[in-house]
Amino acid sequence: MNAVSVEHVTKVFNTGRADEVTALSDVDLHVGQGEFVSLIGPSGCGKSTLLRLIADLTPPTTGTVTVAGGSAGEARRRQAYGIAFQQAGLFEWRTVARNVELPLELHGAGRAQRRSRAREMLDLVGLGDFAGHYPAQLSGGMQQRVAIARALAVSPPLLLMDEPFGALDEMTRERLQGELLGICAATRTSTVFVTHSISEAVFLSDRVVVMSPRPGRIVTAVDVALPARDEAARQSPAFFAAITAVRQALRGAADGANATTVPAAAS
Amino acid sequence: MRRLLAALAGLAGFVLLWEGYKLVGNPEGTVLFGTRVLPRADDLSMPHLLDVARRLGRPELAGGDPVWQVVLRACVFTLGITAAGFALGAVVGLLLAVAMQRFRIVERGLLPYVILSQTVPLVALAPLVAGWSGNLSLGPWPWRDWMTVSVIAAYLAFFPVAVGMLRGLQSTSAAGVELMRSYAAGWWRTLVLLRLPAALPYLFPALRLAGAAAVVGAVVGEISTGTRGGIGRLVIEYSREATSDPAKVYTAMLGAALLGLLVAAAVSLLERPLMRHRRHVEVATL
Repeated sequence: MNAVSVEHVTKVFNTGRADEVTALSDVDLHVGQGEFVSLIGPSGCGKSTLLRLIADLTPPTTGTVTVAGGSAGEARRRQAYGIAFQQAGLFEWRTVARNVELPLELHGAGRAQRRSRAREMLDLVGLGDFAGHYPAQLSGGMQQRVAIARALAVSPPLLLMDEPFGALDEMTRERLQGELLGICAATRTSTVFVTHSISEAVFLSDRVVVMSPRPGRIVTAVDVALPARDEAARQSPAFFAAITAVRQALRGAADGANATTVPAAAS
Repeated sequence: MRRLLAALAGLAGFVLLWEGYKLVGNPEGTVLFGTRVLPRADDLSMPHLLDVARRLGRPELAGGDPVWQVVLRACVFTLGITAAGFALGAVVGLLLAVAMQRFRIVERGLLPYVILSQTVPLVALAPLVAGWSGNLSLGPWPWRDWMTVSVIAAYLAFFPVAVGMLRGLQSTSAAGVELMRSYAAGWWRTLVLLRLPAALPYLFPALRLAGAAAVVGAVVGEISTGTRGGIGRLVIEYSREATSDPAKVYTAMLGAALLGLLVAAAVSLLERPLMRHRRHVEVATL
């Protein structure tokens, strides 16, 4: 069973109006259990829309989205995924720990269980000492780590991330990438990761899905096989080869209508 | 401590301005091209502040209670009316804001009338409310005159709360709302866990405005309904003696100012614990 199956999905905004936009056109995407898939492409290619469809934050116009064997709506109601956005979006009136507890609270978890789980998650992202702090007292990178801890709190089998490191500086970004990989490997979580950074996509992913705009569609998928995901991997020939492949696919996509559409490889 | 000093400095500034103007101002006022541009500075129009303070200690009428006791009793009476009107207005404003946030159509249909409601002159409204409530009763309790005044105070107080709270409820980020949706939280839980806490920085400035409006509503309401026992009545009674006893009028006004301070303090008391860890947002009100 796939973690995510998106089949023949089309998304049209403002149907029938002068400003009608086809955000996604006939998209197929399959994410296997434990797989890390990145969506990359220029702005307007529908990568965030695709993530929001998987999260059931917006419905597809046509086609089906299946998450963990059920519909996307069922998955959302079961809290079968955790989500993190570009903005950490922490509730400033709650302490760090209470922010992480929020999804557990809505899930109906007991107080003691919430407490211990939040502590566990904060230790995982290295913020165990900041449980009692308020978000305004933390740096941007720390806030983003809290947001990741919050997304992981319900132990979701699927993690959806929309440019979670987009607003961070390069050093923080690379450190958090390493931490995220460690967490995903430890928890066996499947991940869909939206980014506009080629190196980030290649370093993190088993597979990089390249998209193109107007209308948003999948151009190709590049499989990335790195021997290990550590700092040395960032210097390896396989890393650079994958970056080149993704860059060429993006360039082809940017050429627009002339690009030959290669169907995404089904996993 | 610093805020206390600042408040005292403000008071001292006012005293200096008042007495300073009395010192240099023309007792007949300054008239320019037939228009009085500066007020009279004589003792009848602007009594010395010390005289006002002394007047507080002397009996209201020969052989009666000292003025400060009378004013304080009137303050307590009006404070009760103000508090009831303030609470009623705040609750109504809160409910209106929630309804307007929940249903776009309610916002479109209601908001213009909420704003229009404040353009009705209070003096025109007060007799109307008094007339309507003449044969009302709240279950076993008969309608009392002070309730009419409270309703008038509430009529002024609900407006800033409704408008400020609506802005507050709508101030949540799209990401926050989507996050709650991703947790499958319904409207009610989104309201309680996200929208209401997010609205607090907007609520407290609105409550301050509402408190001041409730005081004005209670004082004017007392005057125009002829309710006895409150500060409004005292202002009218004392102003009749303005020519013979100018300091007395100001003692009643001092009472009204005290009311405003008490209401503002009550709001601060509520705000302090709830806003301890919040940054204050810049809030522009209508």
